[in-house]
Amino acid sequence: MSADWPAWEVFVRARRGVNHVHAGTVHAPDAGLAIENARDLYTRRSEGVSLWVVRSSDVVSSDPDERHSMFDPAADKSYRQPTDYELPPEVAHM
Amino acid sequence: MSGPTDNSPLLTYVLRQGDRSLVLAQRLLENVAHAPELEEDMALGNIALDLIGQARLLYTYAGEIDGEGNDENHYAYWRDDTDFTNPLLVEQPNGDFAHLVTRQFLYDAFAAPFWAALAMSSDESLAAIAAKAVKETAYHLRHSRGWMIRLGDGTDESHQRMQAAVDQLWRFTDELFEQDAVEEGLQAGGVAPDMEALRAQWTATVDAVLAEATLTHPEDSTMRNGGRRGAHDEPFSFLIGEMQVVARAHPGASW
Repeated sequence: MSADWPAWEVFVRARRGVNHVHAGTVHAPDAGLAIENARDLYTRRSEGVSLWVVRSSDVVSSDPDERHSMFDPAADKSYRQPTDYELPPEVAHM
Repeated sequence: MSGPTDNSPLLTYVLRQGDRSLVLAQRLLENVAHAPELEEDMALGNIALDLIGQARLLYTYAGEIDGEGNDENHYAYWRDDTDFTNPLLVEQPNGDFAHLVTRQFLYDAFAAPFWAALAMSSDESLAAIAAKAVKETAYHLRHSRGWMIRLGDGTDESHQRMQAAVDQLWRFTDELFEQDAVEEGLQAGGVAPDMEALRAQWTATVDAVLAEATLTHPEDSTMRNGGRRGAHDEPFSFLIGEMQVVARAHPGASW
């Protein structure tokens, strides 16, 4: 049976107002059981208030071999960091 | 050792509920590492832990009613097999996964309305224990119901196995609703729910799920009972023996 069970990526929201965060993977024959299995594996110690599951095969990844062309060009563009800008004194509470 | 009829009706009633949860938990735990998937092992283990939690609360309350200084372990480990009053359904030995799922579903379909009704009990301790069990049982029913439909309406083999399990276990379902003088006395005071009223809810759940699972139940089963008076099937002695052997080999031991 296990060979037929696809993998599902599990995302857990720890509490109201924060994002769902990737927690791990479960195997399940369908979406309903994937949610139940995720509940039993990843929220058994009160880790969450909401779950998402997504078929692992539906996740599209960036190519690790292209990581240099994908991500390195961002490294020398510090002007994109907000710390490079001086705040006008009129702007309070930043 | 005092039998179930020697004590107060409330004590007898509380022990019945505790025994039912504990024995089913023990059967589920025997299956750990034998489920079809690691994830299902976790699910069944979680369900068993919920059931043990229920039994612990009920046995602790029993000790308070009894007033003899008995703790939860006394009722789990120091009574003999004929002192246990669980219905025969929950003690049925594990077979294949279809059998385990069907046993669980037939029980969960009963437990969900039972705990909901007991949560309205005039006995505050029972009502609190039941209220906790309501949430747990809703999840158990969701899980076992899902498997009933998935496997009943699955492949030829899974359907065949599920139908065989229903045919085999159906005879133990009537006992879940058994009522006697203990129960009727407590019903008068609003402590215990009327089991006949629960039967209608159970039947509605079971009929709907069996239909969706393309399964049928036998029309002419000879119903079995006896668990309540301690008349258990032979394999039950081994279940109790295994459950109690460590506690009895090391009396008073603690973690």
